[in-house]
Amino acid sequence: MERLVASFFNLDILQQAWPILLEGFWMTVKLTLVVVPLGVAGGLAVALASTVRSRLVRWTVVVYVDFFRAFPPLVLLMFIAFGLPFLKIDLGAFGAVALAFLLNTSSYYGEIFRAGIESVPRGQYEAARSTGLSALQTMGWVVVPQATRNVIPDLISNTLEVVKLTSLASVVALPELLFAARQAQSLTYNATPIIAAGIIYLVCLWPLVRLLSRFEHRQIALH
Amino acid sequence: MSHDQAAILEVRGLHKSFGSLEVLKGVDLVVRPRELVFVIGPSGSGKSTLLRCCNRLEEPNAGSIRIEGVDILAPRVDINAVRQRIGMVFQSFNLYPHLNALGNVTLALRKVAGKPREQAEAAAMQALARVGLAEKAKSYPNELSGGQQQRVAIARAIALEPVVMLFDEPTSALDPELVGSVLAVMRELRESGMTMVVVSHEMRFARSAADRVIFMDHGRILEEGPPAQLFNAPDHPRIREFIASIEH
Amino acid sequence: MFERLADTFFNWQIMGQYFPKIVEGFFLTIELALAVVVAGIATGLLLAIVRAFRIGVVNFLIVAAVDVLRALPPLVIIIMFYFALPTVGVRMSAFVATWLALALVLAAFAEEIFWAGILAVPRGQWEAARSTGLSFLQTLRFVVLPQAVRITIPPLTNRTIAITKGTALGAVVAVGEILYQAQSAYSFSYNPSPLTLGAIAYLVLFLPVVYLGRWVETRFAWKR
Repeated sequence: MERLVASFFNLDILQQAWPILLEGFWMTVKLTLVVVPLGVAGGLAVALASTVRSRLVRWTVVVYVDFFRAFPPLVLLMFIAFGLPFLKIDLGAFGAVALAFLLNTSSYYGEIFRAGIESVPRGQYEAARSTGLSALQTMGWVVVPQATRNVIPDLISNTLEVVKLTSLASVVALPELLFAARQAQSLTYNATPIIAAGIIYLVCLWPLVRLLSRFEHRQIALH
Repeated sequence: MSHDQAAILEVRGLHKSFGSLEVLKGVDLVVRPRELVFVIGPSGSGKSTLLRCCNRLEEPNAGSIRIEGVDILAPRVDINAVRQRIGMVFQSFNLYPHLNALGNVTLALRKVAGKPREQAEAAAMQALARVGLAEKAKSYPNELSGGQQQRVAIARAIALEPVVMLFDEPTSALDPELVGSVLAVMRELRESGMTMVVVSHEMRFARSAADRVIFMDHGRILEEGPPAQLFNAPDHPRIREFIASIEH
Repeated sequence: MFERLADTFFNWQIMGQYFPKIVEGFFLTIELALAVVVAGIATGLLLAIVRAFRIGVVNFLIVAAVDVLRALPPLVIIIMFYFALPTVGVRMSAFVATWLALALVLAAFAEEIFWAGILAVPRGQWEAARSTGLSFLQTLRFVVLPQAVRITIPPLTNRTIAITKGTALGAVVAVGEILYQAQSAYSFSYNPSPLTLGAIAYLVLFLPVVYLGRWVETRFAWKR
């Protein structure tokens, strides 16, 4: 027990590691604030593109979505972070992470929005068009708002996954929370920073998990 | 307490509360062999709860329930064995959607009665034939009309050869044109000597088929008697009002 | 320009050289993925069944464990298992650490999905089954679970695919799966072509799975 406390919950170590962890935490927040809006916007674009008439566009969207759904995000991240510099394109660690996650998460958000748009009855579209709204206005003012409301649980669920995904950035040495924790671990030879990082993730994300599990029970119960 | 040896079902002093809401306030009911007892009353009067207590889908708070003289509320009673002897038919049919009609009927025959598959299927086919649906044995519930589903549900119950059948508003979820087929099966059951307790609003069926009608109100039995008496000359004006409102 | 692109990302010589390594990683990835799927789904189903008994303390523990596993990033869990646990004397190989972490995460999600499925089966189904004398467990086994599992297949398939892709995280603790092989080949050769090869291997593995997921989604759309 004593050993457990000394190895995992060592307050002296925590005090030493705290500034590093805090910096890592803010980097994670920053990354989330960049990646989530980008992913949502990208996803919306993907979903809207899948409603257009042109078959070519629709097929391109399907290929895009399936491609990135099949691709593990870490593989994509390494490919971008290590491969692009060979073409003299250097995005830096932050840029590489942002690009990789934009590609990955926009395909997931895209699938969610697409399902949402399909859940809006055709009559809504027809009613809006009959009042003279253009196709784009109909989408923007009538269809997308309802679609979004119908898929809120899925959007939250995916956002939770995106926040967890940011931990992968540690692999390309972006100093976010997990990277900071590992760095602190190697400086202090003690696992407390890693446990502390875990607790920080838990404290921040647990409310989302609770919220989701309430949504999910209701959602399946409605079938 | 002495009890009626001849009774199939004997309920004494039954109380049931949901939280602070007292739904049954001391109900006594005796059903004898081959009797068809009809239970009527306004919604919220406790008639469904009475029925559901009789096979312990609801646990009563006080009172006793005997099936063929055996106290089914006794702590050591094997309730699953008892339930085999009490058939129940629900308002919403509750057929298993993942099994076909035959599978719905054979499940308890095999798993509770422990019959081997062939025997269970033979018994199930007999029950399905009795409700006129032998040719629908392979159909799934979503391929059957409401009336057909309810008849399969009746077959599911009678295949276990119960000593008493409980019907909880068996026709109220049905379209009017499908009610007749279910009532016809119930009439056939009665003529074959099945003991039945029926909660329902089918007054015409009650007049022609019931031996006794019970009127429940606010968790108590207000009056009981033969249908002619209860429908034509009830003691309580409350009952006259209720019957008028149902038959308009 | 095109030549340089080809030379950087599709260098045949380097690809040929490391092809056997990638194939090795390919099979290890499959092994790891299957182990995760089997253990994760079985554990999730078991936990959901235990939860159906509604024993207060037990259910509280299940919910707490599931919440923790859903809130923590899988990579953090892997790193805890592989780098933190040894400091208190619990040691496991990188393969086991990755397998255990991903299987637990999948178990947590699967438990939630199965439990939601069990709750979705109408009360009348329980009552009808119990009224014919089936016991609680028989009702669960023969009436409720067959219906619950069917509703849960689409969400469970999607979640399983997402978590299985997490096998790539094993590269971080040097499990010799596809990404690890590709990455070490890349650092040996200082050429990204092995990464391309690795990426292709993942597509070969997971594109069919993604299509399977789509098929399942349409096939099991619930009709009542």
